[in-house]
Amino acid sequence: MAGIILKKRSTPHGVKIPESKPTGNKPIETLPFPKKAIVPLHQNLGVPCEPLVKKGDSVKTGEKIGDSESYVSAPIHSPISGEVTGFTKLIGPTTGRLTDAIIITADGRNTWEEPEAAKDIAALSRDEIIALVREAGIVGLGGATFPSHIKLSPPEGKKIDTLILNGCECEPFITSDHRIMLEYGEKILLGLGLSKKVFKPDRIYIAIEDNKQDAIDHMEELVMEMGLDRNIRIVPLKSKYPMGGEKILIKVITGREVPSGGLPLDVGAVVQSISTVKAMYDAIFDGKPLIERVVTVTGLVERPGNLCVRFGTPLREVIDYCGGIKKNVNEILLGGPMMGTSCFDLDFPVTKGVNCILAKESTPVKEENCIRCGRCLDACSMDLIPTNFVKYVKNHDYAACKKASIADCIECGACAYSCPAHIPIVEYIKIAKGELANKKRIKK
Amino acid sequence: MTQEKKFLVSPGPHLWRNLSTSKIMYLVVAALMFPVGAAIYYFGYHALLIMAVSTATAVLAEYGVKKLRHGEFTMDGSAIVTGLIMALTLPPTIPWWMAAIGAAFAMAIAREAFGGLGHNIFNPALAGRAFLAACFSGEMSTWVLPMHFSVDAVTAATPLNESFVWHADKISLYKDLLLGNVGGSLGETSALLILIGGIMLLVLGIINWTIPVSYIGAAALLSFCLGQDALLQVLAGGLMLGAFFMATDYVTSPITNKGRIVFGVGAGILTVLIRCFGGMPEGVCFAILFMNALTPLIDRYIKPRPYGSQRKAAQ
Repeated sequence: MAGIILKKRSTPHGVKIPESKPTGNKPIETLPFPKKAIVPLHQNLGVPCEPLVKKGDSVKTGEKIGDSESYVSAPIHSPISGEVTGFTKLIGPTTGRLTDAIIITADGRNTWEEPEAAKDIAALSRDEIIALVREAGIVGLGGATFPSHIKLSPPEGKKIDTLILNGCECEPFITSDHRIMLEYGEKILLGLGLSKKVFKPDRIYIAIEDNKQDAIDHMEELVMEMGLDRNIRIVPLKSKYPMGGEKILIKVITGREVPSGGLPLDVGAVVQSISTVKAMYDAIFDGKPLIERVVTVTGLVERPGNLCVRFGTPLREVIDYCGGIKKNVNEILLGGPMMGTSCFDLDFPVTKGVNCILAKESTPVKEENCIRCGRCLDACSMDLIPTNFVKYVKNHDYAACKKASIADCIECGACAYSCPAHIPIVEYIKIAKGELANKKRIKK
Repeated sequence: MTQEKKFLVSPGPHLWRNLSTSKIMYLVVAALMFPVGAAIYYFGYHALLIMAVSTATAVLAEYGVKKLRHGEFTMDGSAIVTGLIMALTLPPTIPWWMAAIGAAFAMAIAREAFGGLGHNIFNPALAGRAFLAACFSGEMSTWVLPMHFSVDAVTAATPLNESFVWHADKISLYKDLLLGNVGGSLGETSALLILIGGIMLLVLGIINWTIPVSYIGAAALLSFCLGQDALLQVLAGGLMLGAFFMATDYVTSPITNKGRIVFGVGAGILTVLIRCFGGMPEGVCFAILFMNALTPLIDRYIKPRPYGSQRKAAQ
């Protein structure tokens, strides 16, 4: 074969985490739609949405129920058809802030909003694609939930020569992207065609870690079959955490470093998650806005698996579908064990950013003194000195943190993972970042 | 239905490598068993007594200071490492109570007074040894030939002493230095066993190559340039023990790999300079202590360049 698979690449940084993805061979199942959906109005990085419906309104599946005038936002659509029966407030586990949520009671019919007239997809212009992506409420589904239409619109004069499709999924336990690649490979590649039209890159890389050899083979086959191989290359990567981090991926694949405080587009690169381009396919080819996603439910649940879940479905229903949690579970994580956040109750709904629900038993870990072993330095993909941040924060010296480039930390947790003294380094770093942000706000 | 239950909220990450401070310490203790074994084989019951007293005193001293300061004592194995390493640097004929004083000084003053594990400036074991050398210079420079389990000790010069005379050929000298059949401190005589212990630590990932290689390399190179027998300089005295077990102490050596190379080279140069031009036959202890003092400075100036920050030249 002409060889669209490149040589395997790796990075000297990061950590090797023992393989722990038991759900990799579980096909995606569709979860029954919720009887009552709780849809938070803030599901993206940026500005929350304003509700477009009021109590008593009837809504159809896929109908826009929340939007914002602000640029850094993404509209929210009704995940089910039914009636708006009220509003509530939730504490977002990732943000810790109160957010408004719309309660929709299902009518059980799942009536879709009339799809728009079939479009001539080949004739869509760049701006039309971006507008459709915005309307469909698509955000980065890798976890950051950054509105995709912004990523698709780099400022004038910024040439994007490299488009990287991120199928690394380097977090332990999560297998949703893995399954999407195996089951919806064509949709990914058609969605990629849309991104390609927007960016007109010279090179496209599909990055997949080598613990997903079946996905690497499958994507290669599809690229060849669909005759797309002209400038698409598949890059197998050594399974190492956090390989899927945007900045790490760009460095490993292109050798370029995103400047501190800059964006990937500053070095002519864009990284999109494979589940995001699949959502772009759904929006533009099928006219379906973003109202569901694949979630890996794993850890100490009776039947772990990969589920396609409508947004607004309470975690309780997802977990009950999987047979419930085991007795010794005392912590529920949204996301993987490295970057996931604890969720204190099961009433919280699945939102755009939830790629994994992990039930686990946690035992309190005692923080010991730093013994300066330097393992956090070896682990840090950003070449920072993580242990110094801990020292500075203990002295309340946030200026020193800033000087030591704390803003460059991607909070991947590789440092804390490798710390023999079990220091929650990322927590200290978040404290410092919070303090620095407060200081900045006060100055204004 | 899943029962009503509130769940724990804890900071991430929620996964740790299967490694802890105490595990590291006990692995070091395990690696130290090679030189400890050599010490007992060559110097008999008294070696065992010194090492036991030193280790026990170190643990007790840590416990006592922690109690006095209302701190929490955890048996993390670090006191055992300190006590053992200090004992290995002592002459075989030293009275046991001197070892106890040294170990108490090492833990109580050199470590706990500075804030405990992770906060000390100087390697506690070496600080304890230096304290003993200052207090009891006679006992600390009396050397005997290995007497195994007999009681007749024959005083003799160590291979680094000016008065050291070797009658046989060079090859047999190197062989005896490797195996440890020469005079010297309890744990420093057998270079081979130290090397095995050191390689064990390297393979387990407890230490990395930077300090041992740069330390031994710099010492060998400088001795060669000064017209010394480089192999003798490397194998004799405490260099191997220092390079693998003392200079590699995390707390008192630089945190970056580049810094560690600077540290190792500095310690190597100082060791040879003290041996050749100083007033003492051996220089490992003070060379490492001197570099310990320089460690904060090395860490201040040698830092990795953060990803995405401008290279110096571009500024």
